[in-house]
Amino acid sequence: MAREIRFLQGNEAVCEGALYAGCRFYAGYPITPSTEIAEGLSASLPKVGGRFIQMEDELAAMAATIGGSIAGKKSMTATSGPGMSLKMENLGYGYLTEIPCVIVNVMRGGPSTGLPTGPGQSDVMQAKWGTHGDHPAIVLTPSTVQEQLNETVRAFNLAEKYRMPVILLTDEIIGHMREAIEIPEPGELEVIDRKRPTCDPKDYKPYKPEADLVPPMADFGSGYRYHITGLNHAEDGFPSNNGKMAQADEIRQENKVMHHYDDIVKVEEFECADAEIIVFAYGSSARSAKEAVIKAREEGVKVGLFRPLTLWPFPEKHLEKYVGKTKKFIVPELNLGMIKLEVDRVVKGQAEVVGINKIDSDPITPVEIMDEIRRSK
Amino acid sequence: MARSEIRLSGSGGQGMITAGIILAMAASVFEGKKAIQSQSYGPEARGGASKAEVIISDDDIYYPKVMNPDVVVALTQEAADKYCKDLKDTGLLIVDNLMVKKAPEGKFKVIGLDIIVTAAEKVGKAMVANVVTLGALNALCDFVDHSTLEKAVLSRVPRGTEELNKKALAAGAELAKAAK
Repeated sequence: MAREIRFLQGNEAVCEGALYAGCRFYAGYPITPSTEIAEGLSASLPKVGGRFIQMEDELAAMAATIGGSIAGKKSMTATSGPGMSLKMENLGYGYLTEIPCVIVNVMRGGPSTGLPTGPGQSDVMQAKWGTHGDHPAIVLTPSTVQEQLNETVRAFNLAEKYRMPVILLTDEIIGHMREAIEIPEPGELEVIDRKRPTCDPKDYKPYKPEADLVPPMADFGSGYRYHITGLNHAEDGFPSNNGKMAQADEIRQENKVMHHYDDIVKVEEFECADAEIIVFAYGSSARSAKEAVIKAREEGVKVGLFRPLTLWPFPEKHLEKYVGKTKKFIVPELNLGMIKLEVDRVVKGQAEVVGINKIDSDPITPVEIMDEIRRSK
Repeated sequence: MARSEIRLSGSGGQGMITAGIILAMAASVFEGKKAIQSQSYGPEARGGASKAEVIISDDDIYYPKVMNPDVVVALTQEAADKYCKDLKDTGLLIVDNLMVKKAPEGKFKVIGLDIIVTAAEKVGKAMVANVVTLGALNALCDFVDHSTLEKAVLSRVPRGTEELNKKALAAGAELAKAAK
């Protein structure tokens, strides 16, 4: 049977991906340009036995999302920059307590309320460092409507597998554009569920990791009684002021992500093998970059596109292959040069790194990237 | 057809975004071409100039925004003034005769059509002006088969309005034939 082809908006595709992954709980507070995700799931979740709650604010929405997951349901929320700022406290709680959930940030412009209806990519550092404290982050950056669906499924899988919040970081352009996409059939994409304990409930230690560094997680109400706290805690979940233990636990959390870099990090490397110039681009800017790279190749320029679908952890191992070979990296992004700093960090002065930066609510055009490519000759 | 860029504009609530979605859907889902629909909008939900953009291509489309439209449709004077500045010299501007009293000047071709009057009087419902627009636009530019477009329209409109919308689409095509 041929896959169903549907003409969907990027935000609608996130809803399809969430349902496919088995999401059964959504708590949110509507905000442009993410509202269609709340709208879509408010209609479809009840039909599959799920729950949709519009909470009183963004803080509560994040708290409820964590709560839904603790109760055993795959849970998500969606927002944009202003809401993301409000979610930070509870997001940190989700990291330290290791609660799987998916947070979608459809980026718009500006700090504060900013430019509500225009695109931005200024939350890329917030996605990594927005909440206080050391913690790993998994952040995915789709560029197409198809990827909005597929990467939402992957976000849930990674959240469940590594027992942590995962951010799908998209933007107004990808969220609001419409393309024809193929809806995967059931069973076609892998769907991962969290590890649950099999031990006797009286022996259960909620933060005792297995070999993969991830502790099995029991659903509240399933007979496994345990304590959850935002304080650093021992393996039994109760607070502890033991600094050495806190350090070891946080390093374990960092390692549960970094030791699985190959499983988590996904990158499209397009025409990079012989490239003298590499355009490093993600999200909507990567669409402009791809068009520019194709056109420049037609003009005989040896240029490639390096497009992270996983922005955090930063794809440094993938990028390092080109350091020393590539003369110049161009980093177009809808901010004043955030991910360029990461590229700089990996390139270590062995190539020129140039940003193309805009925060005027307009996308970076292929022509603007072409101009920078041509300047390199 | 390498890449056609189409901009449908009017005032918010006239259904230009729906029209854009239907056209892109007809081209992609029903005819297997590549198509992208995007829109820009202000905070206002009704009134104010609004536009939907569609790109149809045989090849993959990366940059999703219209750069220099081949065709602009404007159903209001404000939209006509605002949205055809970057229209190609070889392009086509389609305006509504009732609402656009003074079509912007340029090297592009201008065709005035009685879209809104046709929707209100001939089809019997002003609300279907967007479907009349689609019928006219496609008859002038041949983006997709008329039957495909009809299929796409019927897949998007509320139940019970199928005949009305078919009539609107046909009336639009008639307008275009008379103007050719």
